Amino acid sequence: MSLNYNIIVGLEIHVQLATRTKMFCGCELEFGQPPNTRVCPVCLGMPGALPVMNKAAVEAAILTGLALNCTISRFTKWDRKSYYYPDLPKNYQISQYDLPLAENGYIEIPLEDGTSKKIRIRRAHLEEDAGKNTHTLGNFSAVDLNRAGTPLLEIVTEPDLNSPSEVRQLAQELQRIVRYLGVSEADMQKGHMRFEPNVNLHITQDGQVFKTPITEVKNLNSFRALERSIACEVNRQLDEFLATGKTLQIGNKSTYGWDDVNQMTVLQREKEEAHDYRYFPDPDLVPVAVSDEWLSRIASRLGELPLAMQQRFVRDYGLSDYDAQVLTAEKSTAVFFDAAVRCGAQPKRICNLLTQTGLKLANEKQTTVDALGISPGRLAALANMVEAGQISATSATVIFETMTQTDEDPAQIAEQKNLLQKNDAGEIEALIEQVIWENQKAVSDAKSNPKKAKKAMGFLMGQVIQKSKGQANPKIVAELLNRKLMA
Amino acid sequence: MSDFQTALELRDAIAAQHCSSTQAVQQMLNRIEQVDPTVGAYLSIFADRAIQDAKRIDQKIAAGQPVGPLAGVPVAVKDNLCTTFGTTTCGSKMLEHFVAPYNAHVIERLQAADAIIIGKTNLDEFAMGSSTENSALRKTVNPWDSSRVAGGSSGGSAAAVAAGLCAASLGSDTGGSIRQPASFCGVTGLKPTYGRVSRYGLITYGSSLDQIGPLTRDTADAALLMNIIAGHDSRDSTSASESIAVKPDYLADLKQPINGLRIAVVPTLNAGAEASVQNAIEEALKVYQSLGAERIEITMPHFDYAIAAYYVIATAEASSNLARFDGVHYGYRSPNAGNYIEVYSKSRDEGFGPEVKRRIMLGTFALSSGYYDAYYVKALKVRNLIRQDFVKAFEKADCLMLPVSPTTAFKIGEKTDDPLQMYLADIYTIAVNLAGLPGLSVPCGFDAKNLPIGLQIITNAFTEDKLLRIGQMYQSVTDWHKRNLPL
Repeated sequence: MSLNYNIIVGLEIHVQLATRTKMFCGCELEFGQPPNTRVCPVCLGMPGALPVMNKAAVEAAILTGLALNCTISRFTKWDRKSYYYPDLPKNYQISQYDLPLAENGYIEIPLEDGTSKKIRIRRAHLEEDAGKNTHTLGNFSAVDLNRAGTPLLEIVTEPDLNSPSEVRQLAQELQRIVRYLGVSEADMQKGHMRFEPNVNLHITQDGQVFKTPITEVKNLNSFRALERSIACEVNRQLDEFLATGKTLQIGNKSTYGWDDVNQMTVLQREKEEAHDYRYFPDPDLVPVAVSDEWLSRIASRLGELPLAMQQRFVRDYGLSDYDAQVLTAEKSTAVFFDAAVRCGAQPKRICNLLTQTGLKLANEKQTTVDALGISPGRLAALANMVEAGQISATSATVIFETMTQTDEDPAQIAEQKNLLQKNDAGEIEALIEQVIWENQKAVSDAKSNPKKAKKAMGFLMGQVIQKSKGQANPKIVAELLNRKLMA
Repeated sequence: MSDFQTALELRDAIAAQHCSSTQAVQQMLNRIEQVDPTVGAYLSIFADRAIQDAKRIDQKIAAGQPVGPLAGVPVAVKDNLCTTFGTTTCGSKMLEHFVAPYNAHVIERLQAADAIIIGKTNLDEFAMGSSTENSALRKTVNPWDSSRVAGGSSGGSAAAVAAGLCAASLGSDTGGSIRQPASFCGVTGLKPTYGRVSRYGLITYGSSLDQIGPLTRDTADAALLMNIIAGHDSRDSTSASESIAVKPDYLADLKQPINGLRIAVVPTLNAGAEASVQNAIEEALKVYQSLGAERIEITMPHFDYAIAAYYVIATAEASSNLARFDGVHYGYRSPNAGNYIEVYSKSRDEGFGPEVKRRIMLGTFALSSGYYDAYYVKALKVRNLIRQDFVKAFEKADCLMLPVSPTTAFKIGEKTDDPLQMYLADIYTIAVNLAGLPGLSVPCGFDAKNLPIGLQIITNAFTEDKLLRIGQMYQSVTDWHKRNLPL
């Protein structure tokens, strides 16, 4: 019996947009505040209160749609999605039904082997978030509506993902994109990005293809949980298929929740409920026309996307894929790096300084590398000093740190701290003469005792550098010493 | 000081210190105490508050300080307009004890105009009805005949003006709810163009149809109130911006007759009214003709479908708008609920009256999957066709004149068992809401039972200034609007 299978995953993603105010009212988006303190008649759904569209949220959604290579609808509208739930004050959610703001796009995700893959985006639409029900009051539940009305971008992918790691890659890439665009904080733990995978398997058994019932997985609050839940579902569905032979049918989609403690998916709802949301256009709002002028104004904010930047760093700057990925993880790092390179310095040197020292310092200070108080030009100058052998790599770290505290350029600091390497051949030659004079035994070992030559050479090098108080450039010392001994 | 002074007369008398606002308000409150137990126009009276406000205005006037255009004049507002003072009940058990956390836009405007809001008037529950008999809280009768209805849904607002219980009032009109009670009670009522007056704080019935407007003793008072309440409000997305429709001074040219006025009439439509109504309309048309107007006979091919379309669109919107009254966040909560589903079902079952439930069910059905296209979408198409009928009519004429209602005020209880008969009586008013146009009801005679008859005048969108001038032309040569109840 032969059996192999393909994993089929599509994602429904909710991205919370980091606008100043809510989707349809002027309440400020502030989280972790006491319950029901960031609310007004509109987001409380009070009688007679009316929604007013937040233009900034629409722009953020369009910008994201453009980054996902979508077609932006030039005419769209708001629809009411009706269902009763205590966290939904109007008992309808303002959403977009048949005219989503963006559709038919794709996201290019980097794969672990260094290649990339395009995952099609079916649609992306804007809607308002609900509040939160809490159940800590015994016989009563409580409703906090601070979150109600927060703008959410719902992104739906086609089922183009074929492994748990691809799903994680997409999630991380999307996070990187929305952070680059500045449209979301995209913190999964805080619920800024919520992923609901739809998973099933196409199993080929004895030449016949069987599709397992689709499951939707909820409660995923980390990339790890997302990836593991898929792996878990794959095993569960495979086992279930082998045990029962159950295949995909209309209405047998079920919902599983992720149990983070036991690291497994748990059945929440057996059958898909037949919801009738009674969508219809919200008569309290007016349709949205996206003009050429508006669209191009938004498009001008797009900038270079992270994956393109990562690929460019590899291609144009000769960096490794790993280095390029580290540098493009955050836009501020990538832009700062790029600017420093453009100031005229060797990319790998700048990369090393940034990844080994810059990111560490930024992390300690809980800031970004561009906020350390160092200009890209100074960083380039520092890299060039290392490159020219004027300072050692160790000294470069010291100078980097000092640069964050003073306004002096790296050369000044190197001089003050006596960190400049001696590159003057004459001066170094004088030191070599002295060392040769003082260490005749080692000299003869180096010259004619093959067993001890290497060790003796190292000893002589050390002596020279010691005499220079660590400032002699080791490369030049080695070269001159060699020449001297060969003579 | 007469109980039946117009708002303008009273304002000028107060401004000239011929009488004080305090006197006027006190006199009105006394009359309410005497008369309103019979009429039942008010759901709440703000006696102390009104006297305090009046004293404040009197002090301002005495001190020679500038005051607003309605300074010291007692007015009433329909109880579906949110006020932070008193309750806002919508004539429903659901909101019997509801105190709104904010003031409706029009309430703010009245207050800014220094008007004295003396009370809130009765209405059909959630403005659903044509007789005010659907109020769950009080019975309102027609001041001309206490065995008859005042009309509805703004029956309280119309009865209060007619009975001299306020100088002017505000109502709301979704399918005729200002014009029809104005007609039944012999007062002037204006439904403005959709978008002319902000709906912010009007408890919604049918969002795409609702409009707030004045009920007054004459067209000059209607113009005065329009000057106060009309204009753009950024809190209502459907409110017309100044760039779409500049708000004129409605009083400025009010007394200027329109030369060469072309009046469209639809003979086939008028034929549906009872004889006394038809005669009164014909007499009114003759008055206009004697003023030089031209009578043009036209057809309105889709008028007959207005009621059907209206009862799909209005109820569809209502079913969604009224979803928020669920016993969870505010309003009536059933004491018999055992779980959250029962909080919804029992609160709504016990909190809403039969007509509201009927319309919620109708609307829910119309929006349901499988019926949406057949009902809601088709109704929207009809709505467009009706708009086109008006467009064509206004190519030929300046205005359309027709009855407000096919009958004068009917007996209390006469139609309560036959909702369809009640719906069909809205034939003349409903199309105006579907087309979003302004409509004016002016008294144009009495039937044999001494019941008032109303003439309806309709003009193009955002031409209330012209509409009021046309009404004024009639009122300057007739005195139907000056016939007051025998005291």
